[in-house]
Amino acid sequence: MNFKLKDIVPQLITVLAVVLVFGFFTYNAQINMENRGIDFGYGFLSQESSFDVQFSLIEYDGSHSYFRAYLVGLLNTILVSVIGIIIATILGVIVGIARLSPNYLINKFAAFYVEFFRNIPLLLQIFFWYFAALRALPLPQDAEAMFGVFFLTIKGLYVPAFIWQNFNIFFYSIVAAIISIIVIRAHAKKVQENQGKQIPVFLISVGLIFILPLLSFLIGGVRLSFEVPVLKQLATTSFIYEGGVSLPPELIALTLSLSLYTATFIAECVRAGIQGVGKGQKEAAASIGLTPNQVLKLVIMPQALRIIIPPTTNQYLNLTKNSSLAAAIAYPDLVLVFAGTALMQTGKAIEIVSITMFTYLTLSISISILMNWYNKKIAIQEK
Amino acid sequence: MSNINFLKPDRTNLNTFLYLGSFLFFISILDVFLNSFFRLNLTGFLPNFLSFLLPLILGFVGLYFIRIEYSGIKNLDLLNKHINTNNFNAVLSLLIIFIIIKSLPPILSWFVIDASFAGDTKDVCTGSGACWTYIKVWMRRFMYGMYPNAEQWRINLSFVALVLLGSVGYFATDKFKKYLTLYYVVIYPLIAFLFIFFFISGGPVFFDFSYGIIAAILSVIIGFFIPSKFKFYYFLIVPLALYVILKYFLFFEEYIELGKLDGLNWVETGAWGGLSLTFIISFFCLIFCFPIGMAFALGRRSEFPLIRYISVGFIEFWRGVPLITVLFMSAVMFPMFLPEDFFIDKLVRAIIAISLFEAAYVAEVIRGGLQALPRGQYEAAKSLGMGYWKMHIFVILPQALKLVIPGIANTFLALVKDTPLIFVVGLLEIVGMLNLAKTNPKWLGFAMEGYVFAAIIFWIICYAMSKYSYNLEQKYKTDR
Repeated sequence: MNFKLKDIVPQLITVLAVVLVFGFFTYNAQINMENRGIDFGYGFLSQESSFDVQFSLIEYDGSHSYFRAYLVGLLNTILVSVIGIIIATILGVIVGIARLSPNYLINKFAAFYVEFFRNIPLLLQIFFWYFAALRALPLPQDAEAMFGVFFLTIKGLYVPAFIWQNFNIFFYSIVAAIISIIVIRAHAKKVQENQGKQIPVFLISVGLIFILPLLSFLIGGVRLSFEVPVLKQLATTSFIYEGGVSLPPELIALTLSLSLYTATFIAECVRAGIQGVGKGQKEAAASIGLTPNQVLKLVIMPQALRIIIPPTTNQYLNLTKNSSLAAAIAYPDLVLVFAGTALMQTGKAIEIVSITMFTYLTLSISISILMNWYNKKIAIQEK
Repeated sequence: MSNINFLKPDRTNLNTFLYLGSFLFFISILDVFLNSFFRLNLTGFLPNFLSFLLPLILGFVGLYFIRIEYSGIKNLDLLNKHINTNNFNAVLSLLIIFIIIKSLPPILSWFVIDASFAGDTKDVCTGSGACWTYIKVWMRRFMYGMYPNAEQWRINLSFVALVLLGSVGYFATDKFKKYLTLYYVVIYPLIAFLFIFFFISGGPVFFDFSYGIIAAILSVIIGFFIPSKFKFYYFLIVPLALYVILKYFLFFEEYIELGKLDGLNWVETGAWGGLSLTFIISFFCLIFCFPIGMAFALGRRSEFPLIRYISVGFIEFWRGVPLITVLFMSAVMFPMFLPEDFFIDKLVRAIIAISLFEAAYVAEVIRGGLQALPRGQYEAAKSLGMGYWKMHIFVILPQALKLVIPGIANTFLALVKDTPLIFVVGLLEIVGMLNLAKTNPKWLGFAMEGYVFAAIIFWIICYAMSKYSYNLEQKYKTDR
C-alpha cells in the first residue's frame, strides 16, 4: 500500500475544518437555545396554527395544524411553478424559433423581447406587475367582462367554475383515450418498421381525445355546467364577485413575471439548440425529399432537443426556486406561510428554515431526476 | 399590355403591381398612423369590425402584389427577402409594424410629452404622463438610501477613486502588466474594502479585522522567501499563528480611538442604501464568490475522495435552495449559531450569504471549463514536472477560465440582479427604497415611475455587462 502523508493531510485538514465549523455552530446553537429557553424539536408541526391564509388549494383555516399550513404553502409554490413552467416553455419556444426567423422584423422583435426582459431583476418585474400594472385595473364594479364571463379586476381575475356531475366517468374516458393513443402509436411504429405503411396517428389521436370524452357526455351521464361570477354589493362602495373561481392578483403578477422572465432564458436555449444542429442535417433531409415540416419534426427537433433539454432543466429549476420571491408580494407560498408567519409565531428558526430548505432541495432534485430521465430517453442510443 | 392576373403577380406587369401594391401598403400604414397619432379614422364610414381589420387586409394584399421574385429592383428584392417571404411572414410583419405604430404615441406621451419634470412638489404632476418630479425629489434617497445628506460626498469620492483605481489596467505599461492579476485579485479589493470601511462607514483604523489583514499581508510577504517545499505547511500554520500573536500578545486597543480618520462620523450600515448599496454588495460578492467558487470547482475534481464529497455537497446544497431562504437563514438562523456576544453586521452577513450562494454557481461554471480541457494539457504539464498548484495556476486555469467567460458573466449578471433580495435582511437598496418611497403619504401613487426608473438603471447596468463580456470573449478567443 502506498501510504502517503501528503495524500492524507489535506483531506484530514478539510474534514477537521468542516467538523470544527459544524461543531462550533451546534455548540453555540445549543447554548443559545438553552439561554433563551427554546427546545429543539419538530413537535410543533402537529400543534394548532391559529393563523389564516388568503389563498389555498386545500381546505385550511386557523384550527388546522402547522403541518397543514406547510402543505398549503408547498401546494401554492407548486401551483405557481407548474403554471409558470408551462407558460414559459410555450413562450420560450415561440420566441426562440422567432429569433431564427428570416423575417427581419420578427427576428428583431424577439431579440428585443429577450434583451429587455432578461436584463431587469425578477423582483423588480414582480413589483412592477403587482404594484404598478395590476393596480391600474378597474374596481370590481367597473370591470368589463371579457367574453362575457371573465372579470379582470384590481382584486384579481374571476373565471367561471366548472361544475361537474359524474366527473370520474369523464376522467376515466380521458385516461382511456390517452392509453389507447399510446397503444396506437406503438402499433403504428411497428407497422411502419415492418411493412413501411404509415398510419395517420395524429388524426386518430385527435379524434380519440375528442370523441371519447364526448361519448362520456352523451352516454355516460356526465354533465358540465358553469358557475359564472356575479357581482354582489357588500356595502355602498364595496363590491365583490361571488361564485366562480377567483385568482388573486398576487398569483397573476407572480406567474406573469416568472414566465416572462424565464421564457427569455428558455428562448436562448431553444435558439442555441436549433443552431447547434448541423446545416448538413437539414440539407440532407431536404435532399431526400422531406417537406419542411417533416424536416423540422423528424430531423432537426430530435437532435436539437438533446442540446436544449439540459439547460432548459436548469431554467425550470430556477423558476421553481425563483417562485419563492412570492414572499415579497405576500402571495402565500412556502416561504411566506412557513418561513414567514409560522416562524414568527413559533420562533423555531432552525427547524423551520431547515425544513424549508430541505423542501426546496427535494423539489429541485426531483425535477432534475425527471428531466434526466427524459434526457436519457431521447439521448443517442449507441448500439 | 398583356393580361393581368391579379392572383399571380409576375415580372411582366412589374410596374402595375409595384405601384398598386405599394399604394395599398402605404394606405394601410397611413390609416394606422393617423389613427394612433391623430385619432383620425380614414375608414370610419365602414362598419366597426371591417374598419378595424381593413388596414391588415389592405396591407396584406399590397404585400402580396409586390412579392415578385427577381424583380431586378434592389430595394424591392431586399424588402421581399427580409419581411415578405411568404403570406404568413407578411401578416406577422404587418402586425409588428402596426403594434409599433400603435404603441408609440401612448409611450411617448407618458414618458415625455405629458410628463412633468419641473417643480419639487406633488402638485405639478397633474398631467396624464409620468411624474419625473417624483424621481427628481427622491433622487438622493434612491442613490444613497438613508445616508446623511451632508456626508454623501464620501460615497461619491470613494466611488470615483475606486473607478479610477480600477481603470489602472488600461494604462499599465507592458512592464507592469504581469502584476495586474495580483493587483486586481489581492490589492484592489483590499483598497476597496479599506475605502468603504474607513471612508463610507467611518470606522476606526484598528478594529478586530485589522489583525487578520496585517497577519495575512505579513505572511504573504514572508512567504516569498520560503522554499517551495515547505510552502504548503508554512501557509497552513504561520498566518494563524501571526494572527494569534498579534491579537493576544500585542495590544493595539489603545490606538483604536487614535486611529480614527479625523472628523468622519460613523454611519451605520442600516442607513446605507439605494444604488450605492447595490454597487457595494455586487462588488464584494463578485470578489468573494470567484475564489470560493474556484476552490470548490477544483475540489470537485480533486483526486481525494473526502474533499470531493464535501465540495459536491456544498455545491449541490447551495444550488438547490433559493437565495431568499439563504438570506432568511442569514437573518434568523445564523445568529443562533454564533456565540452570544458575537455580533456580525447584517450587511456583512448578507454579503457572506450571497457570496456563498453564487460561489456554488461559479464553481459549476468553472468545472465545465475544467472538463472541457483535453487530458493532454494535464499530462503535458505533469510531464514538465509541475506540481498540482503550478499546473493549475499556469496551465489549466488560464485556459479553462478563458473558455467559461460567458458562463461567469451570466453568473455575475444573476448576482447583480439578485441584490434587491437583500430586503429580506432589512437592507434597502434601490428597489427597497422605491418601495419605501411609494408608501410615503405625500407621494402616493407614483409606483410606476419608480419601477420604470429602476428598471432602466438595472437594464443599462446588465446590458453593459453582457456586452462587455461578449467583447471579452471575442478578445480572448483562441483557436484550438
